[in-house]
Amino acid sequence: MIKKSDVEHVALLARLELTDNEKEIYTRQLNDILGHFESLQELETTNVEPMAHVLSLFNVFREDKVDRHLPSENVLANCPDRDEDCFRVPKIV
Amino acid sequence: MTQYETVIGLEVHLELKTDSKIFCSSSTSFGGKPNTHVCPVCLGLPGVLPVVNKKVVEDAILVALALNCRIAEFSKFDRKNYYYPDMPKNYQISQYDLPIALNGYLEIELDGELKKIGITRLHMEEDTGKLVHQGTITTTPFSLVDYNRAGVPLLEIVSEPDLRSPEEARIYLEKLKSIIQYTGVSDCRMEEGSLRCDANVSVRQLGKEEFGTKTEIKNMNSFRSLQKALTYEVSRQIEVLGEGGRIVQETRTWDEGQGITLPIRSKEEAHDYRYFPEPDLVPMIIEREWVESVRKRLPELPDARRERYVRDYGLPVYDAGVLTSTKEMADYFEACLNAYSSPKTVSNWIMGDLSRLLNSNNLEINECPVSPVNLASLFKILDEGTISGKIAKVVFEEMFATGKDAGTIVKEKGLVQISDEESLTAIVEEVIAGNPKSVSDYRSGKDKALGFLVGQVMKATKGKANPELVNKLFKEKILN
Repeated sequence: MIKKSDVEHVALLARLELTDNEKEIYTRQLNDILGHFESLQELETTNVEPMAHVLSLFNVFREDKVDRHLPSENVLANCPDRDEDCFRVPKIV
Repeated sequence: MTQYETVIGLEVHLELKTDSKIFCSSSTSFGGKPNTHVCPVCLGLPGVLPVVNKKVVEDAILVALALNCRIAEFSKFDRKNYYYPDMPKNYQISQYDLPIALNGYLEIELDGELKKIGITRLHMEEDTGKLVHQGTITTTPFSLVDYNRAGVPLLEIVSEPDLRSPEEARIYLEKLKSIIQYTGVSDCRMEEGSLRCDANVSVRQLGKEEFGTKTEIKNMNSFRSLQKALTYEVSRQIEVLGEGGRIVQETRTWDEGQGITLPIRSKEEAHDYRYFPEPDLVPMIIEREWVESVRKRLPELPDARRERYVRDYGLPVYDAGVLTSTKEMADYFEACLNAYSSPKTVSNWIMGDLSRLLNSNNLEINECPVSPVNLASLFKILDEGTISGKIAKVVFEEMFATGKDAGTIVKEKGLVQISDEESLTAIVEEVIAGNPKSVSDYRSGKDKALGFLVGQVMKATKGKANPELVNKLFKEKILN
């Protein structure tokens, strides 16, 4: 059961600012979603291995080779604030 | 007074020396212009897909084998979510419940006894970017971010809480570093951050089973500061408990300047990382044939090499331990031995004069200006009697300073030992004439006086006189 405090916690972790009304809506909606998934719990899964990935594909690797880098101008093209070659971000803590 | 027992576990992060990053083909090289070793993948741009660098998996298996771990048959990557600008994706790709390796150990030596330190797990993850603050993290008005390091491959190696003192913790870390350096997968430089260490520390009343509340200590950038920080933290916890207080579970940072640990606010409230399987990467099945083929890359490790030095070269355990503490030093020793087959002489010089000069010049042995073959040539002219033992030290300093070989320096500086009996006799007679008191002392049985007389000849010849010959001449002239 999702409580309003869970929604507030998740919102904080995701840096989302929610109004009181939104918190109510999301608490209800998230509970609806969880309720829907509860029906899956009825399936017998005792002998089923937990799934690590939806594709039945394994061991996709690349060789240890250096390739092109993104040109500096493109790297910083979309950043809202910069200082020469660095991204500039607001105070962290 | 209550007796306490210290309980420490270490979490070590190790940067692998691959050419490219763990999930993309950007360069891992250190110290480039900010944000030049980046691509859309490590910048976390939308629509890109990471692909695992095979060498990272193989290096992880190699280190895990060196640490006696069990290699998983099935392993996957997970997302560790947190909101912090050191990762542009807002998550770090790491491994959570199915790490590549588990249940290893290494052995450390404590007062001549071997102690097994358990290794809980070893996993692969990506390094974060670097943040530059003005002043400190709490007072800076803004921070600058360089993502060159973001995505550099890391191994995280977590020990069991088996360490019982700050000194044990340091010895464990030194041993771990030594083993990893032998495998060649990392530079293991603590000052440059390619080897980083966090510690979980707690104390409990002696005899109690259950652990006390632990704190996590960060920001220890050398072996010395690790031991100092842990020593401080242990005494702080004992003091708090002694005053009837309680230990707060928290992360603390080591302040080298003040010599204390201070609490820091954690990155994310209650470490709620909401791990989930990384959907952009498929799992790995580690076939045993693959593990065995990686095992072939495993070199002779420090413990085995040390034992061989004692067994085959007849070296004392202490010498063997020092020489094999780094692969580079052991390789240097063996290269020298190939050209001059007296293990104890070579060992004495490497552990003595050579190490002293390396330390005072802040050099590693692989940067040593004197090649192993060159050092061996010094021993040879010493054996031939061309120079005296005292002069050999002078020649060695010159070899170290200039990189020239021993023979050239002896010739250039005119350091050839004087073994010409006639010219030495003249000097000996002069010394006898000038020191009647010492001469009569020696005649009346005071052997120390001979040392003084020989010293006078050495002074007159700038140390070049053949000491055995000078001794012989004095005995003949005074006692006969």
